Amino acid sequence: MIRAPIRSANRTIRRLAAPAVLAAGLAAGAPFATLPAHAAGDAVAPKEVAWTFNGVFGRYNYEQLRRGLQVYREVCAACHGLRLVAYRDLAAIGLSEAQIRAIAGEKEVAGEPDEEGEPTTRPAEAKDRFVDPFPNVQAAMASNNGAAPPDLSLMVKARGGGADYVFSLMTGYVSEAACKKEFKDSQGKPLVPAEGQYCNTYMPGHIIAMAPPITEDGQVEYEEKGAPAASVDQMAKDVTAFLAWAAEPYMVERKRMGIKVMLFLLLFTGFMYAIYRQVKKDVKGQA
Amino acid sequence: MSTRAHGAPRNRTLKWIDDRMPIVSLVEHSLYYPVPRNLNYMWNFGSLAGLSLIILIVTGIVLSMHYTPHTDYAFDSVERIMRDVNYGWLIRYVHTNGASMFFIVVYLHVFRGLYYGSFKAPRELLWWLGVVILFLMMATAFMGYVLPWGQMSFWAAKVITSMVGAVPLIGEALTELLWGGFTVDNPTLNRFYSLHYLLPFVIFGVVILHIWALHTVKANNPLGIDMKGPQDSVEFHPYYTVKDLFGTGVFLLVFAAFVFYAPNYLGHPDNYIQADPLKTPPHIVPEWYFLPYYTILRSFTDDWWLFQVLLGWWGMEAKLAGVLAMAGAVAVLFVLPWLDTSKVRSARFRPVYRVFFWLFVIDCLILGWIGAQPAEQPWTAIGQWATIWYFAHFLVILPLVSRTERPRPLPHSISQSVLGGGSAATAASPMEATT
Repeated sequence: MIRAPIRSANRTIRRLAAPAVLAAGLAAGAPFATLPAHAAGDAVAPKEVAWTFNGVFGRYNYEQLRRGLQVYREVCAACHGLRLVAYRDLAAIGLSEAQIRAIAGEKEVAGEPDEEGEPTTRPAEAKDRFVDPFPNVQAAMASNNGAAPPDLSLMVKARGGGADYVFSLMTGYVSEAACKKEFKDSQGKPLVPAEGQYCNTYMPGHIIAMAPPITEDGQVEYEEKGAPAASVDQMAKDVTAFLAWAAEPYMVERKRMGIKVMLFLLLFTGFMYAIYRQVKKDVKGQA
Repeated sequence: MSTRAHGAPRNRTLKWIDDRMPIVSLVEHSLYYPVPRNLNYMWNFGSLAGLSLIILIVTGIVLSMHYTPHTDYAFDSVERIMRDVNYGWLIRYVHTNGASMFFIVVYLHVFRGLYYGSFKAPRELLWWLGVVILFLMMATAFMGYVLPWGQMSFWAAKVITSMVGAVPLIGEALTELLWGGFTVDNPTLNRFYSLHYLLPFVIFGVVILHIWALHTVKANNPLGIDMKGPQDSVEFHPYYTVKDLFGTGVFLLVFAAFVFYAPNYLGHPDNYIQADPLKTPPHIVPEWYFLPYYTILRSFTDDWWLFQVLLGWWGMEAKLAGVLAMAGAVAVLFVLPWLDTSKVRSARFRPVYRVFFWLFVIDCLILGWIGAQPAEQPWTAIGQWATIWYFAHFLVILPLVSRTERPRPLPHSISQSVLGGGSAATAASPMEATT
């Protein structure tokens, strides 16, 4: 996902300060050659999506993130938490204070004990983090065939392949017949999902406990004006973009700052090189 | 070339201080001490390593103000840094990528030393202090990786600390002491945090000794011959200060490219999953800078012929052999000055050693690549041969080469060589092509 920009950034650096960068680039290149292997497993390479947040100048599309939030709330939130994101954070993707209060207020959280010392609950507020759909892991397991649905706050960063993988997984379900034909189990026999399991091209091992989350066009009715048609692909993309933001909310700031830092460093390095050449003139033969 | 004399300060206040504690002279000495005039860009990495250490200490101190060393809160406190602390994401990404940058720089620094014979007399002590720093760095980096309490943090800690159990007799007691209990848990996290804060300052201390030794024996140089007089040297400032600043700029460009555009590239996605002692990840992999050692560790399997021939027959466990080999892979650097007995330092004048040096570099890259693969064939076999080559390089090849090789004639002096008098040093080898 992020390899392309670094490569292009490295190319720029090389052109501007060729000699010394060679050694550093070589060193930086060594891990490039060794690392990607552990992301793969026996999974199929995910579909490549042209995300708006790809690349050095990548930005989130906040309309898309708001659509994604809607998909998350109407589809994913039934089973998956988002416990590291606070409701107040939604201001960053363009929700008004009233909207945030309304979304938070739908959920109850533990409050202060009352005057008699009895526990109380109160509606969640902007300051609270997303309330989990289940009170505890046991409840989550009990409701889901023994497999607790993972929290989605960091999902995009917690899987090799990132947003591409999450999108591919959501749209990568295949029928039982196709599963038998295409995939083998560990003994080399045709793969058959057990009761309550599903077959997915992109899941390592191809067996997944999650039912296909997005199954038909128009499953979510987009609220905002000018929203694209809610096709399965579109909804999967929107919610993946939203999860990418949830996992890395400061990405836009990071990349924007990066451009300034790189430009400054280029200037600084250029100046230092010029000064070095000047000083070097005094000492013939110095490297 | 500057001709000003550097002695006691002329300013009265500075002189007063200097008479009581020669700190002003120390600064003067550091700035103007003589350095060979022919250093190439490979000599930039020492100062870059120092810079990396300082960046890590400064960002680490800030992170520690927000981090909670408890198994229930560690993961969330790191995410709080990423989300709610002002520029917390920046500080953390600089810290995590900084560790990788530190290792890149130090590895290049070490390979520079190997190529130009910087470990030979009179620099043995300087070299040893460097190896001590490398050991301390590895311990610090390992414990730092445990702190976010992600899946890889936990399982790397589990795998590595369990190795201590291979020590005969006291292994179990030692492991429990390390864990502070009967498995990797909250006491482990707490002591790792404490040591992760302490060790960088120990490193800092050893770095001072390293520089002290350097200033006593002076820097080696690409020709590997001693400075014979002022015509062979320049003062550190401004010639190398400005060159180091240029190198710093290039280094920071690479560093910033990672921090801002690929901050998680060198990490592992599993570490964004909170540690779960009941769920073992399918592939437990260390950070990239440990991959070569990890391969050496894993090469020692019960059915490896070399292990059986050398050690297995008298009942040694493969696990212990692997642990010893892994530690030995770095420790062997201590005795390097007596393994490579060639009087000629620089590989530039050692045609045979030069070939084996590059083969050794390739071997280290292979070891690193295998470390990222699952423990299956053919990777295991490749890793085992690469492990054999690693140790053979030090224990067999270097002693033989240094005794039999006929080095090319050395130039008379640095100044003669670089100012055009000499002829022997004009053919540049690949490593010097960067200048």
